[in-house]
Amino acid sequence: MAKKQSVQLKVNGRNREALVEPRLLLVHFIRDVLGLTGTHVGCDTSNCGACTVILNGKTIKSCTAFAVQADGAELLTVEGLIKDGKLHPLQDGFKQEHGLQCGFCTPGMLMSSYALLEKNANPSEEEIRWGISGNLCRCTGYQNIVKAVQYAANKMAEVKAPEAELAGGVK
Amino acid sequence: MITKTSPEIGGMGHSIKRKEDSRFIQGKGNYVDDVHLPGMVYGHMVRSPYAHARLKGINTEKAKALHGVLAVITGEDLAKANLAWMPTLFFDKQMVLATGKVLFQAQEVAFVVAEDQYTAADAAELVEVDYEELPVLVDPHKATDPDAPILREDREEKSNHIFHWEVGDKAATDKAFQNAPVKATVHAISQRCHPAPLETCGCVADFNKATEKLTIYLTSQAPHAHRTLFSIVGGIPEQNIRVISPDIGGGFGNKVPIYPGYVCAVVASLTLGLPVKWIETRSENLQSTGFARDYHMTAELAATSDGRIQALRVKTLADHGAFNAAAQPTKFPAGLFSVCTGSYDFPAAFCEVDGVYTNKAPGGIAYRCSFRITEAAYLIERAVDVLASQLKIDPAEFRRKNFIQPDQFPYKTPLGWTYDSGNYEGALNKALDMIGYNELRQEQAEKRKKGELMGIGISSFTEAVGAGPAHTFDIAGIKMFDSAEIRIHPTGKAICRMGTKSQGQGHETTYAQIVAQELGIPASDVIIEEGDTDTAPYGLGTYASRSTPTSGAATAIAARKIRDKAKKIAAHLLECSDEDLEWETGKFFVKGAPSKSKTIQEIAFAAYTNIPAGLEAGLEAVDYYDPPNLTFPFGTYICVVDIDKGTGEVKVRRFVAVDDCGNVINPMIVQGQIHGGLTEGLAIAFMQLIDYDENGNVQGGSFMDYLIPTAVETPHWETGSTCTPSPHHPFGAKGVGESPNVGSPAAFVNAVVDALSHLGVKHIDMPITPWKVWNVLHEKGVVN
Repeated sequence: MAKKQSVQLKVNGRNREALVEPRLLLVHFIRDVLGLTGTHVGCDTSNCGACTVILNGKTIKSCTAFAVQADGAELLTVEGLIKDGKLHPLQDGFKQEHGLQCGFCTPGMLMSSYALLEKNANPSEEEIRWGISGNLCRCTGYQNIVKAVQYAANKMAEVKAPEAELAGGVK
Repeated sequence: MITKTSPEIGGMGHSIKRKEDSRFIQGKGNYVDDVHLPGMVYGHMVRSPYAHARLKGINTEKAKALHGVLAVITGEDLAKANLAWMPTLFFDKQMVLATGKVLFQAQEVAFVVAEDQYTAADAAELVEVDYEELPVLVDPHKATDPDAPILREDREEKSNHIFHWEVGDKAATDKAFQNAPVKATVHAISQRCHPAPLETCGCVADFNKATEKLTIYLTSQAPHAHRTLFSIVGGIPEQNIRVISPDIGGGFGNKVPIYPGYVCAVVASLTLGLPVKWIETRSENLQSTGFARDYHMTAELAATSDGRIQALRVKTLADHGAFNAAAQPTKFPAGLFSVCTGSYDFPAAFCEVDGVYTNKAPGGIAYRCSFRITEAAYLIERAVDVLASQLKIDPAEFRRKNFIQPDQFPYKTPLGWTYDSGNYEGALNKALDMIGYNELRQEQAEKRKKGELMGIGISSFTEAVGAGPAHTFDIAGIKMFDSAEIRIHPTGKAICRMGTKSQGQGHETTYAQIVAQELGIPASDVIIEEGDTDTAPYGLGTYASRSTPTSGAATAIAARKIRDKAKKIAAHLLECSDEDLEWETGKFFVKGAPSKSKTIQEIAFAAYTNIPAGLEAGLEAVDYYDPPNLTFPFGTYICVVDIDKGTGEVKVRRFVAVDDCGNVINPMIVQGQIHGGLTEGLAIAFMQLIDYDENGNVQGGSFMDYLIPTAVETPHWETGSTCTPSPHHPFGAKGVGESPNVGSPAAFVNAVVDALSHLGVKHIDMPITPWKVWNVLHEKGVVN
């Protein structure tokens, strides 16, 4: 066994560190070392996206990175979406629009959708479909996931509009 | 008619949001791989690289010597405990770990247990297995050739033939064919595919040596039946086994059988006294666990010259792989395949099926369908299109001409099923209207003149779901009833437990709505629990769209038992005779004096605080429901495709699905089920095949080449409904979850064939890949 290496990173706003084998996959680090089991494993070929997390602002499939590669990084997992006890509009959207059934793909879908809305606050249906095309779902047929993302985009725009007015910005 | 409750009560017909979602959207689901127990160790399977080989020896020394390895179990080890083989769910047996020989690639050969999963995988690499390759049998059509290698040397019968099954009146059918002026034939393969739920199969087996209790966290669609089978096969007293099926990441039939990995984890835990986790990889899931379909079918229809069907003759070869591990009722070697007469009224039919062994993974399970009914629906819907095309009758008109009529129900089919209710033309008409059928046909005619390829495909399917009745249906002898237990707390809230197990269907919401409907307790006040065999009443589980027809019915009946007792308590509280009381959602009131009433909550409190003399305390009921018949949901699906002549790519332009599943509990959830099932149907029609090369190497053993549609390939589904209640179900519902997967493949294929029919194309086998279409276009000289 190779010598264990130290990994220090910020996970959902909290500093975490651990000694890990260099070959430990990031997804196993997240699930088994950090105990954040919302991030799932659905395949072994980087196809399904159930393990999608956000590392330094970008989505990655955490089954395709080593934990040591996340040293010094900022990591956001599904558990970090809730803020001050309030659900993220995407989480609310998935529930309101029936965007999930078995729930297994949901955390990865949420993270990919989160990254999409960060880049594009008002995506078209086609942009949403491409935005989540790295994530497989076996239950929903995606239609209500698209609606869930649209729901969240609308909610986030509603929140932003008054903020912009308060700041004297253009509506 | 179902009385609609207020939205606050949230009974039948309300699209209330799902109760289970809160944990899933926060990453707080609890799937089997999320179970982490103190001292837990990990199993890893060693698998065969060969499809057929003599096992000359296994050397486990190097693996055992690796630091962190706790055990390496082989078939010889299991044989000492008489566990090297286990029964399948269909009168066959299956090797848990290979002894003597291996019969398919990826077969289980040894099980390594180590302190962590990486070490277990390392050690698996160190297990040395000496194989001697044997001739491989891949093609099921060659299974009974004289020179075919005999695969199952363990069987007394030295043949690769497993069974011959036939049903129907052969003489009458043959006679109808002799006399018929019109005959049509289609050879269609319902190809080998895999349910591939996003969560693979796995377990944590935890044997506590002090209490002698074995707890198994299991990806199980049928936890109670699995407990019984573990007890019978493993010789463990049933009260000492607790199966917990926690959150399940999709099942689709894949999680009905018991797999060797489960057994190995249990054996390892019994031996080591430690919790043992085994979670299969995706490749292991696709390559070794229950595949579906692999039916090679021929259907012949006989008809009058004006297009009235007279008879159906079906001959089918079923490839079961190395072991017959079909998961279906024991009366039916080919499941409900004999529902292949579909939605049509004709007098004669004969259906025969032969099953054979090949060097492939064992199965076949019912992938999102009621035991082979997908194959049946696909075959008849393909066959009627071929016949209609031959007669130059519009496929919608042809179906209308041959439908069983609403006044013919209950309708006895020539192969012995009794359909409960239906209005097939109603669903067809609605679908035709929704899609604008006549305009589309005009558009198609114009496009053909311009050389463009556009097709319209129809499927008017009949499903048969909700097994039992118990006299006809079972799993390994355990009868297919199902159960519900309702307990009302003193404050009027409730907990209910069922023998079924949701894998994403939304039971925590829909069962609560049934209680809300029957008792007037708000659905939000009702907790639903399933999947723990120590607490839930016995049941057969969730598959074959059976939860609403069986446990849903049991929930309603149990609630009605509670209402009967509540009436007596209300009479006591209101100081009247219970005959003077009437029920209105949530309360009993005195006839003619509606202000004198007691709510169900007041009655519940009294059941624990002010009990009438002669009545037991408490407010609880259990029901074990044995349905009198299956339910028969149906619908019409219409698909419109455009074909790119340059690439052979088929684009699904529109898809209308009109479903009839009787009275609906939660329309939002039903629509979600339809979307999902259609997407799985799309994948089967256009993408998915578990194939084997001539050496038995599995092709399609990972998500790299076993394709799951993404959001980009998936079209926008248009859904509609009609409502024809089941006459025998307590609240007129039928199952629905599988209809879209059963009904849609034929609509997709019919659309593609329709687009090419003017070129003389009568059939294309699934999956209809761009390569396949491109080749057809070249053969027909459409493109050079």
